[in-house]
Amino acid sequence: MAERVMMKGNEAIAEGAIRAGCRFFFGYPITPQNEVPEYMSRRMPEVGGTFIQAESEVSAINMVYGAAGAGVRAMTSSSSPGGSLKMEGISYAAGAELPCVIVNVSRGGPGLGGLSPSQSDYFQATKGGGHGDYRLVVFAPASVQEIIDLMYLAFVTADKYRNPVVVLADGLLGQMMEPVTLTEVEDLQIPAKPWATTGMMNGKPQSVINSLGLIGEELEKINARLQKKYREIEANEVRFEEEGTEEADLVVVAYGTSARVAKSAIAKAKLAGKKVGLFRPITLWPFPTKQLSELGKAGKRFLVVEMSAGQMVEDVRLAVNGQARVDFFGKLNGTIPSVNEVYDAIIKSFNGQGVA
Amino acid sequence: MEKVFGRPEALQDREMHYCPGCTHGIIHRLVAEAIDELKIREKTIGIAPVGCSVTAYNYFNCDMQQAAHGRAPAVATGIKRALPDRIVFTYQGDGDLASIGTAEIIHAANRGEKITVIFINNAIYGMTGGQMAPTTLPGQKTTTSPLGRDVTTMGYPVKMTEMLNTLEAPVFLARVSVHDPKRVNKAKEAIKKAFENQVQGKGFSMVEVLSTCPTNWGMAPVEALKWLEANMIPQFPLGTVRDREGVAE
Amino acid sequence: MAQVKFNEERCKGCELCVSVCPKKIIHMAERFNSKGYRPAEVTEQDQCIGCAFCARMCPDVVIEVYK
Repeated sequence: MAERVMMKGNEAIAEGAIRAGCRFFFGYPITPQNEVPEYMSRRMPEVGGTFIQAESEVSAINMVYGAAGAGVRAMTSSSSPGGSLKMEGISYAAGAELPCVIVNVSRGGPGLGGLSPSQSDYFQATKGGGHGDYRLVVFAPASVQEIIDLMYLAFVTADKYRNPVVVLADGLLGQMMEPVTLTEVEDLQIPAKPWATTGMMNGKPQSVINSLGLIGEELEKINARLQKKYREIEANEVRFEEEGTEEADLVVVAYGTSARVAKSAIAKAKLAGKKVGLFRPITLWPFPTKQLSELGKAGKRFLVVEMSAGQMVEDVRLAVNGQARVDFFGKLNGTIPSVNEVYDAIIKSFNGQGVA
Repeated sequence: MEKVFGRPEALQDREMHYCPGCTHGIIHRLVAEAIDELKIREKTIGIAPVGCSVTAYNYFNCDMQQAAHGRAPAVATGIKRALPDRIVFTYQGDGDLASIGTAEIIHAANRGEKITVIFINNAIYGMTGGQMAPTTLPGQKTTTSPLGRDVTTMGYPVKMTEMLNTLEAPVFLARVSVHDPKRVNKAKEAIKKAFENQVQGKGFSMVEVLSTCPTNWGMAPVEALKWLEANMIPQFPLGTVRDREGVAE
Repeated sequence: MAQVKFNEERCKGCELCVSVCPKKIIHMAERFNSKGYRPAEVTEQDQCIGCAFCARMCPDVVIEVYK
């Protein structure tokens, strides 16, 4: 049964999680994601779930650790400074291979930064943030509908690989309202989790949730297993959207809110007769390296648009590996690029003038 | 002849890594005995801390999670809320619970989480090599207070049991010691009570156990027991400070 | 009639048992176990009263008590 409603991005995060079978939410208030815990505090009791306003983001992620280790779908949400506080717990969850979902409705930084939307947590989400050789699957929605869809996929992917998954939105996506289609997931198919600490009833052997490997070889084995899993995720889970890249001379690469602005700017450039396409990574990790590399080989040039000083652009350059020119247009934290600004960047890039 | 004392089933038949004479082993056994006597081993989930008892999952014969330093009460909260009919306990040292994890323990206690907390206070950091703990005694020499803990700049020993006693929610708060057989029996009673409360659906229970660290105190094990009795008990008085009926489910 | 059994290989020679035995019948052996500790042993088993003080104080669950 599908239902068409107007919904705020932050509410979509919460409702999407509930429809994905998440019944355990642990969070701490921080702007601009406060509607997530507020919605959860209201909705969880209705569906027999648990909402806890934790004493800190540190505690919230550790409550997620405990609940995920006990075999249930659990999540937390926060915004940039709160995300930094969660890094310890995320590293532990990655090490202990716990399926869970962490939402970052990001805002400007560094430090306390500001409340306005930003994309400067790309490095933190995709390159670690916490300590150790670990990877998180990172989904980057660009609309409220996509938030709903990716929340479901986030829980499925987390369970499939026993890995924490991040949904990286930003303050604009969290605060905006859009019409969405809500569907009941008929059969959630949450996989059995025999590794979970549910007790040793009925002869179940001892389960241990742990990220410790004190002996050298033991830790090497743990890491080898993790790396093998990460290669599998890279092979199977890359997601992206392409629009007109085949006939394009210039491909704009942008995700989330930047991609929305870029779409309008590209439409304007097309009206001006420019052959421009859009490449929008939906998974920031695994990154669509292969696809961008192929576009580079096909002779396309690139313009990366981000609401940061340039973070994803590094991955685009690594993917293209010197085969094509990669320009960058970024807005420093605090403002969202206007369609005209991105349009100007496209024209400059076309003229080979360089951008930013 | 009948065996009247031996290894409890809730303790794995495995050599423990603790230093000779370290009383962690006694406390492990008491926890395991309580679990056995209440017949809850199969539905118990323990949380190992960071510190000397980080590998407690190798010793307790029940499901275990290992938590980041100080976060065991938050992890326990997640487990207990997910599986409310299971018995969840944390086993934490003084650095873990009384220093880096103060926020987690205070708020788990304040929410009245229906968990059992076993808090090992030996007035020093064992695992990292004898540094000052929040519970280090005034004047006590450690590797980071080489001239002795100077209370004017390093503060006083933190009394967690008394601190938690200012909160409304906890149902059971006690401090015990294991420095002689009589005290070991008393400690066992308190630990069992702390688990029994959870079986009965009551709220938060914590037992603080005064323990020794012969290696980092620089003493022979027997001498360490005497030092504990003479020096720690005056700072950390033994006894039950809270024993409420709680709210049965 | 009581008996205590020591699992010598698990003993770390900490002597806590020796210190609490009311009959003073636990002693440290001259020999070493494979870990290099002198294990505790009972020399006058017939005097054991089975109080289990030694077992209660043992941090390594070395001691079993039979009655």
